[in-house]
Amino acid sequence: MKPFPQHLLSITDLTRAQINALIDFSQPFLDLSRDDIRKASTMRGKTVINLFFENSTRTRSSFEIAGKRLSADVINISASMSAVQKGETLMDTGQTLAAMRPHVVVVRHGDSGSCHFLAKHTQGTSIVNGGDGAHEHPTQVLTDLLTLKNAWGDVKGKVITIVGDIKHSRVARSHLLAAKIMGYSVRVVAPKTLLPLHIEKMGCDVFHRFEDAIVGSDCIYMLRIQNERLKTNCSFPSIREYHEAYGLNMARFKLASDALILHPGPMNRGVEITSDVANHAQSQVLNQVENGVAMRMAILSTLCGLEAL
Amino acid sequence: MTTLCIRQGRVIDPENHIDVICDVWIENGHISHMGHIEEVADQEINATHCVVCPGLIDMHVHLREPGEEWKEDIESASKSAVAGGVTSMCCMPNTTPCLDHAGVVHQILNRAKEVGLCRIFPIGAVSRQLKGKEITEMRDLSKAGAVAFSDDGLPIWHAGTMRKALEYASSFGYLIIQHAEEFELTKDGAINEGIVSSMLGLKGMPNEGEDCMVARDIMLTELTGGRYHVAHISSARSIEMVRHAQEKGLSVSAEAAPHHFALTELELLNFNTNAKMNPPLRTEADRMAVVKGLRDGSIAVIASDHAPHHEDDKCCTLDCAAFGIVGLETLLPVSLELVHQGHLSMSEVVAKLTSNPAKLLGLDVGTLGLGKKADIVIFNPSEDWMLDSKKLRSKSKNTPWDGKIMRGTVHYTLLGGEVVYQKEVSS
Ligand SMILES: [Zn+2]
Repeated sequence: MKPFPQHLLSITDLTRAQINALIDFSQPFLDLSRDDIRKASTMRGKTVINLFFENSTRTRSSFEIAGKRLSADVINISASMSAVQKGETLMDTGQTLAAMRPHVVVVRHGDSGSCHFLAKHTQGTSIVNGGDGAHEHPTQVLTDLLTLKNAWGDVKGKVITIVGDIKHSRVARSHLLAAKIMGYSVRVVAPKTLLPLHIEKMGCDVFHRFEDAIVGSDCIYMLRIQNERLKTNCSFPSIREYHEAYGLNMARFKLASDALILHPGPMNRGVEITSDVANHAQSQVLNQVENGVAMRMAILSTLCGLEAL
Repeated sequence: MTTLCIRQGRVIDPENHIDVICDVWIENGHISHMGHIEEVADQEINATHCVVCPGLIDMHVHLREPGEEWKEDIESASKSAVAGGVTSMCCMPNTTPCLDHAGVVHQILNRAKEVGLCRIFPIGAVSRQLKGKEITEMRDLSKAGAVAFSDDGLPIWHAGTMRKALEYASSFGYLIIQHAEEFELTKDGAINEGIVSSMLGLKGMPNEGEDCMVARDIMLTELTGGRYHVAHISSARSIEMVRHAQEKGLSVSAEAAPHHFALTELELLNFNTNAKMNPPLRTEADRMAVVKGLRDGSIAVIASDHAPHHEDDKCCTLDCAAFGIVGLETLLPVSLELVHQGHLSMSEVVAKLTSNPAKLLGLDVGTLGLGKKADIVIFNPSEDWMLDSKKLRSKSKNTPWDGKIMRGTVHYTLLGGEVVYQKEVSS
């Protein structure tokens, strides 16, 4: 297997073998996270900085717990308390933190390409893309792949249907790229206002009617609808109408009742998903969260060049 | 009386249908005669293997002076221009203060005269403070030296203002230059809207942002009998509409920037902020449409849209980066690729860089006619050089061609018979 790259910026930085290795590597961390003593000394002496320019309690705490369970020193920096508000440039922020010699910096930023930019302009540290703009979110997709693999055994040949704001979704883009590496197929469902132009050229089937897409799906992946979008660019007329057309309710779920239900969180119950479906036995939402910690333990320790437990 | 003779170059003067190897004799800064000349001049220039043609006219340059001199000023832009073979440049009005009053025009012309390297022809603002509402004192600006009118950097957005501008300007024969962009469609966009913006998760600027404005403006040109010019045309459909308007006999013209016929949106795949410009780099089909427009004459002019930006404004994410690239020193070699690739003849490319903009703007430069001012560029069209952005004469280094091999080297640039640029002899 090729050596792991220095940075994890895109899911395409990894080969299929490397993705499978990370999934395998996560398994003992899943066990560790259920032990009474949830701590290993694997990353003792390693420093991890969570640099979050956008609020994301979920991704940030997942990385924080992952690092701490492996005994790394984890520091959280959020844009509101950082120098960014004082006019410091992204490059200066990145270089300043890199000069404090962390082993890993996890970055969440609202601009596409921001993590690539930091990787280019810093030395001696690994950058992990914790979500850059509407571009990529590789650690979420690795988490999803762990979840699906543990449920199915293999993702190859499966059909994942992603529903909602594809246009602004980094998760959707990373899945489209991962699908090619891992051999599953992706359907996307949304009104045209929430689809980027020529999305079909990224290798997916495009649907506007949820019912058309859902039949034959092995996994239904619901994206969070952000209320702000409605206000800023009127991509749909109302939450009510969105729910009517694209909400996952029990009637729709019955069209693919064997499918697993995924959601990157946080869920808007009653908007993109109804509570009865969210609470259904096939809902993997909480597994995703649990697996997220294990996968991030695997990612952090791999980037630090550490062996399995 | 001082004399200068340029020997044995390929003399190209599209305006006078000249393309012949001969000598050019210059007396007191003016072209005196051409042919086989025995007499020895005070100064002799050997132009063997070189093209000798009128100094280039770049009708779309952002000088940044006054107001943003850390990016560029008239002196650095002039040095950059003559190094690129440009002896006349038209400066866009979006400075601080902007060119909406004769005083600023005078100030720029005075500075240009002090620097003395390159002629500058200011383009006046269409609207006061570039706000797109009330039109400027165009006659006063014209008397001061403005050669055309534009709000470039911004479109003339309101249809009513555009109508008035076309009506008023054409009453006196003035040209209106439009940066064609419908904000409603391009707002927050960083790059072309298409497969690349979709892959990168960036907000795109669709071709239709340009097309809607060009369509509207052509209708208003027909209504008003105005003179309308599309700056930096980049979209296939816009070019088609310009062609159609010309066939109808409307006074509609267009210019293309080298990056729009040399590069595509694929340059952005690695988030290169030096490939971010407005209008954005578009698809291969659009690029080929620009080439076709240049070939069939719908696009009469090549202009650089020289837009210097400080490194601080480019060393950031694509969303944050400023729009634009420097272009004065790459205008000629990138345009020559059209010749090397067999799309246009040497004479056609030279015309788009000299006589065509001169005629459009009514400038008394751009030809080698007898008695004309000897603004001349001498370049070897097939001599390579590697572009090192640090070595650009412009204060700003924002070019997408850093590290690339350029074909076409300027050996001499003459302004009024004086050598204002000479290629350094490499040791
Ligand atoms: Zn412009």
